[in-house]
Amino acid sequence: MSAPSSESPEQREFGRRRSPESINLSNRLFYTCLSIIGGTYVLLIVAMLFADVAYMVDRTLTASEDSPTPWLTAIVENPISKAMGDPKIRYSTWLSLISCTLAAVISVIVAVPMGYLLSRHQFPGKRLLDAVLDIPIVLPPLVVGLSLLILFQFPPFAWIARSVVYRVPAVVIAQFSVACAFAVRTMKSTFEHIDPRCEQVAITLGCSRVQAFDRIVLPEASRGMMTAFTLAWARALGEFGPLLIFAGATRMKTEVLSTSVFLEMNIGNIEGAVAVSLIMVAAAIIVLIITRTWGVRDDRV
Amino acid sequence: MDPRLSMINVDNISVRAGTFSLKNVSLRLPTGKYGVLMGKTGSGKTTILESVLGLRAVSSGRILLAEEDVTQLNPAVRGVGYVPQDGALFSHMTVQDHLAFALRIRSVDSETTNQRVHELAEMLQITGLLNRTPHGLSGGERQRVALGRALSFRPRVLCLDEPLSALDTETREQMCQLLDNVRRLTGVTTLHVTHNLDEAERLADCLFRLEDGKIEATSNP
Repeated sequence: MSAPSSESPEQREFGRRRSPESINLSNRLFYTCLSIIGGTYVLLIVAMLFADVAYMVDRTLTASEDSPTPWLTAIVENPISKAMGDPKIRYSTWLSLISCTLAAVISVIVAVPMGYLLSRHQFPGKRLLDAVLDIPIVLPPLVVGLSLLILFQFPPFAWIARSVVYRVPAVVIAQFSVACAFAVRTMKSTFEHIDPRCEQVAITLGCSRVQAFDRIVLPEASRGMMTAFTLAWARALGEFGPLLIFAGATRMKTEVLSTSVFLEMNIGNIEGAVAVSLIMVAAAIIVLIITRTWGVRDDRV
Repeated sequence: MDPRLSMINVDNISVRAGTFSLKNVSLRLPTGKYGVLMGKTGSGKTTILESVLGLRAVSSGRILLAEEDVTQLNPAVRGVGYVPQDGALFSHMTVQDHLAFALRIRSVDSETTNQRVHELAEMLQITGLLNRTPHGLSGGERQRVALGRALSFRPRVLCLDEPLSALDTETREQMCQLLDNVRRLTGVTTLHVTHNLDEAERLADCLFRLEDGKIEATSNP
């Protein structure tokens, strides 16, 4: 639409209007570009998982090709079953499940008070503390492991070093020292999203600080705690660098799933490594589903 | 209690809240009266309310409730009911739990608690909502629940922080009637903070205007 010619020059719209078609085309291009750029990454994630599965299926089919009972062979001879049949892998699976859960539980126990203090209170050195809590996140994992190893040379840690270093406790400590930083971040933002007025009201109603925390803040933070637990758990499951240095990679002793992948690769057993990777993918997905459904149920109340 | 006494006596207090500060402010509200504290946004009326509640420490001056110096007293033992601006309801609790919360904290037996919950629900006309959670309650309903929660333990003083500011005109009118009703039924001394003149004139026995850090008191006929 152009301005009627009867209008005086002062009232005429400046410049030239673009045609609706050109605007529409430009908008469509804009969103196409966004989708393509963003989609590439999603595609990469999905393709990686598919490749693992495809590799697995291919190996299974090859194994069952010449067998008289292809179905039975497919079930017994596929790389995941073979891996799970290996007592070493079974051990590392159990150790992973137990150590990750322990590390995640301890992380949440530490992260709740830490996150609460950071989100609610001002105190000297708060910015410094906040920066210190980022160290495990930004530090190269190998350095975390090495630092832990060095730390256990000094008392009082040195006194218990014999029963920790290169043993199962070292696995949990190494996983905890990194995973906890993520849990603290999550809990801090959880508490920041809870209205401090609620606590203040509870206090005017006669609550002590502990009662207000226990009855008002914690129930409101339960979803955040679940998220912090999942994040810490997943982080602990993938931990490898600090473990290798601080806990070692001894089979049937300090071997967790990520170590298994590494050890299988080392002896040239790609099939085994992929199988263990898929076990980890499955474990991660199960934890994700459990916490998501828990979270949704909590949300509806 | 002698009605000539001041229930709320804010005696020459100075408060600092971040970069904002109030100096030497005083306010007296007689027992059983409905006081409305008016002022522009950012004039510090909420800060004064928080000082009465004990949620904000005063740097000088005294706060007396029923002639008792409570300046250093923990908010949990001041016996002041509080309705914050947006209600600040507890999202994981039912309406019933809100009304019973203070009584449970104060270890009141469950029979008395139940009785009180129903009495409050009737007064505030929220009997039908008792089993609901705050999720999905309307603005007016939320404020009723917040009011019930604050009144539940029979406080000697009730502090309302802009309780009607987020409501539409019709709901606001209903809430005004309700507040009138509550005052008649309970006789609780109330300090109500608002920036709305209609609301102030409608409800106030005593009107306090906070301007440029000074409070000017007038009684409302």
